[in-house]
Amino acid sequence: MNIKLIIKIAKSLLLARFKQTLIAAVGVTFSISMFIALLSFMAGLNDLLDGLLLNRTPHVRLYNEIQPNIHQPIYSQFDTNITHNFIHSIKSAVSRQEIYNSPAIIRTLKKDQRVMGIAPKIITPVFFNDGAIDITGVVNGIDIQSEGKLFHFNEYVTAGEPADIERLSNSIILGKGLADQLLANLGDVVQVATINGDRFPLRVVGFFQSGMQDLDKTQSYASIATVQKLKEKPNNYITDIQIKLNDLAKAPEIAKDYARLFDIDAVDIQTANASFETGSFVRTLISYAVGVVLLIVAGFGIYNILNMMIYEKMNTIAILKATGFAGIDVQKIFLVIAMSIGFFGGLAGLILGFGLSAIIDQIPFETPSLPSVKTYPVSYNPSYYVIGAVFSLITTFLAGWFPSRKASQVDPVVIIRGK
Amino acid sequence: MSNITLEAKNITKYFHDPTTVKVLSDINFSVNKGDFVAITGKSGCGKSTLLYILSTMDTDYEGELWIDGESMVSRKEFELAKVRNEKIGFVFQFHYLLDEFSVLENVMMPGLKLGKHSAEEVENRAMEKLKMLGIEDLALKPSNQISGGEKQRVAIARALINDPQIIMGDEPTGNLDQKNSQIVFEVFKQLAEEFKQTLLIVTHDQSFANRTHRIINMEDGKIVV
Ligand SMILES: Nc1ncnc2c1ncn2[C@@H]1O[C@H](COP(=O)(O)OP(=O)(O)OP(=O)(O)O)[C@@H](O)[C@H]1O
Ligand SMILES: [Mg+2]
Repeated sequence: MNIKLIIKIAKSLLLARFKQTLIAAVGVTFSISMFIALLSFMAGLNDLLDGLLLNRTPHVRLYNEIQPNIHQPIYSQFDTNITHNFIHSIKSAVSRQEIYNSPAIIRTLKKDQRVMGIAPKIITPVFFNDGAIDITGVVNGIDIQSEGKLFHFNEYVTAGEPADIERLSNSIILGKGLADQLLANLGDVVQVATINGDRFPLRVVGFFQSGMQDLDKTQSYASIATVQKLKEKPNNYITDIQIKLNDLAKAPEIAKDYARLFDIDAVDIQTANASFETGSFVRTLISYAVGVVLLIVAGFGIYNILNMMIYEKMNTIAILKATGFAGIDVQKIFLVIAMSIGFFGGLAGLILGFGLSAIIDQIPFETPSLPSVKTYPVSYNPSYYVIGAVFSLITTFLAGWFPSRKASQVDPVVIIRGK
Repeated sequence: MSNITLEAKNITKYFHDPTTVKVLSDINFSVNKGDFVAITGKSGCGKSTLLYILSTMDTDYEGELWIDGESMVSRKEFELAKVRNEKIGFVFQFHYLLDEFSVLENVMMPGLKLGKHSAEEVENRAMEKLKMLGIEDLALKPSNQISGGEKQRVAIARALINDPQIIMGDEPTGNLDQKNSQIVFEVFKQLAEEFKQTLLIVTHDQSFANRTHRIINMEDGKIVV
């Protein structure tokens, strides 16, 4: 019905108390902008920390677990349904870590629509000889193209050229911590010994810094061919297939699929890193909690202003009612006032929040463990702005509801008599 | 077609605070179209109380109230608001105008609320009413920058905007000096005689009452003719 008239009256009442309404609106602006800035920053941080892990972790990893044979010979003699078999001291079988028939598996995976990409890998433990001492470490044989594309490998190589491990034979990229222990510089040759005792000289062509120091003290990377040579294995030998999916959430389901299909061990990222989501969740929760508290405070500000306004405008309310405005019209007038405080205050808050985020985004933030990060991380996810806008409208609606209801129930007779 | 605009049947009203007091007992009367009626009586006899009931603002009473052939008993709040908007013009003792708006906007307000005419038409009609009351020059002034007598005439213009069935006034001249009272009375008289406007005015002013068409005299909550 008469919405234009109601807005016109609301506007006049609002302008008559411009200073107070401005203060109420500034309260909303402040809380919404803090909400946006906080959430954007926290989300940026979450993305960064998740990225540390997600960037380098395959969604599904196929490998062969070293484990005891589940088909022990006794089971074929005595059915477990009838008897109970006790077997002591079971040992893991001398199972091969190699993935059987890996070219066929890779071909199948490449055809799967759910798969974004795959990267084969050989993981092998070695000793790095440095004079008299041996340092235990791991050499990862990787395919530099797919590793770079899927796991941003190149971003973590702080010195040297990643592609060199492919181009130069017998070359290696060392973790920074490992290189420091070995006193190795670019171009130096390090001695690598396999578990069988064979020694190999490998040339250092790069350093690698992951952001996790423990990792950098043990890990090193070489081409798949180099590692195959190291282990004296044929050129289809690989121990891991790393899979990146189009949809991360489907990883557990797909891992189960592949485990059955290829008769292999498959682990999904959610199972392998169960704890990492907890941190993101808590950070997000804190931001929302702070934002909501700020908004509630702003809501009380609006509530107060409106109560005061209604108290001052009793005469106006009485005249409106005496001349034919119903209670609901009066309520709408004051709700419009509250909502416009929320709308304009919230809008300014969104803009200010965006500004704050942009400023945070410019503040230098350099850490040796994150070479690719130069400023504080900020996320510009539009959904925070939508949530902020919705929150501000809901809060002001609630803050306006009770005072406006009170206004709608003003008895004009009492006011007119009272004068 | 009956000629009755407003009819009170057995209206009785109690106040319960601090003790239960009967302020109106068994009020019966009717006002015909075109009547110019004054309600008089001693202070405290219940005139204002009666007028608030007749204007539908007070619903806490016993008995029946008929306006323009319709019963007002047990009507919803918004329905009564509509009746006030459409059929009743009210003029208070104190010139109740909306300070946030200009004179013209004040007069237009009930018309805009009714929504029967477009905003432009309502404005034209408001200007007409102001002209009729001789205050068209004040149209664009803020309503808190005019004199008491002028305010009361603005209030009358506002009461007239929707061509109501009846105009009610609670001592509309009570707060005015001799000269302004005279002007306001002349306005009422003109409305009654030229435009056949029905008027029901509570007044203390005996000379005012004597010049109306009919006087309802009250005493202790009763009508005593
Ligand atoms: N809200 C109320 N609660 C209790 N008693 C009330 C209330 N309002 C009015 N009264 C009493 O009701 C009686 C009638 O009051 P009312 O205002 O109708 O008188 P009135 O005839 O208009 O008087 P006046 O000429 O002075 O305006 C008075 O005795 C008054 O004290
Ligand atoms: Mg009175």
